[in-house]
Amino acid sequence: MKYWHIFLAFFIPGIVGYGGGPASIPLVEKEVVDRYHWLTVSDFSEMLAMGNALPGPIATKMAGFIGFEQGGILGAWIAVFATVAPSLILMVILLSILQKHKQSPKVKKMTALIRPTIALLLGAMAVSFFQTSYEGIGVWQSVGLIVVSYLLLERIKLHPAFVILMALGYGALFLS
Amino acid sequence: MFQNQWHLCLAFFRVGILGYGGGPSSIPLVQKEVVDTYKWMDEEEFTNLLAVANALPGPIGTKMAGYIGYRVGGFIGLCNAVISTILPTIVAMIILLTFLSSMSEKPWVQGMTKAVVPVVGVMLFVLTIDFLKKAKSGLGWSITVGLFIVSFLFVEVAGLHPAILIGLLILAALFSKNREKERERAS
Repeated sequence: MKYWHIFLAFFIPGIVGYGGGPASIPLVEKEVVDRYHWLTVSDFSEMLAMGNALPGPIATKMAGFIGFEQGGILGAWIAVFATVAPSLILMVILLSILQKHKQSPKVKKMTALIRPTIALLLGAMAVSFFQTSYEGIGVWQSVGLIVVSYLLLERIKLHPAFVILMALGYGALFLS
Repeated sequence: MFQNQWHLCLAFFRVGILGYGGGPSSIPLVQKEVVDTYKWMDEEEFTNLLAVANALPGPIGTKMAGYIGYRVGGFIGLCNAVISTILPTIVAMIILLTFLSSMSEKPWVQGMTKAVVPVVGVMLFVLTIDFLKKAKSGLGWSITVGLFIVSFLFVEVAGLHPAILIGLLILAALFSKNREKERERAS
């Protein structure tokens, strides 16, 4: 029964959470705080703060941790599976169909028509990251980091991994 | 075979541990690994992947990892890529939260998180420009800018879900006459 609840608590945010993991945070909170009372609101926000300080997708970090607390290793597996599997299976099926008809002019046209929309979604995300940065560390730090990382990524063509590691180091030393 | 699985593991391990800010912020990292480093798919396929991933519910990081893993290494590849993306950080999360939950209060941890935000912003911005350039070479400037503005009004001003717009565009492409085909043949 407990494992079934763990499955349900993460299955629902997984299939109704549009917009990636961060969009499903309030849905997860609804399940684990309001419905199942596994965590209090303050537990949840503490976990969220921790999760945001660590790298990697947020939805699976939450699922893994809450599942582990409620049902040990098996609980963690079930929670992560419920989060990831349903939409992933759908995705594999849809894209496999698409891939088969790759040469069809309609699929080519579809790809072309979608590009500006994807560009907008990415651009909007970029803007929201800049905004978060401006609110967190102010104009000058933000602009400095933006310019330097742009030069490193696009002019010097450094691998993003190194740029992120350098930013982490800079943050630990100068933004603490 | 083994080499592919090893590369999948490496690629998504890097994406997982460097993607600060959740799945969406790891999109540029995935693109870098998959299109540039390992050349598992071309730009066109990656666009379709992003469109479908955005149109479907659920976390985006694992949807991308899972599909790419599946394309490269079948079902084992799928499991491999998803696990490589999420396992390291889940383990870190459980350890940190169980033993030292005061870590996130530490100023140096907060400083690290803050410094990464603008860098991810730059990566997303660069990817945006990439997509616009590609769109231009396929559609021409006027249609690209037009669709970009329509998308802006639709998603940012009207606040409608992007999945609806993507769905409409897919339908438009499927039910349109094949004028493009003839033009392609002519050129």
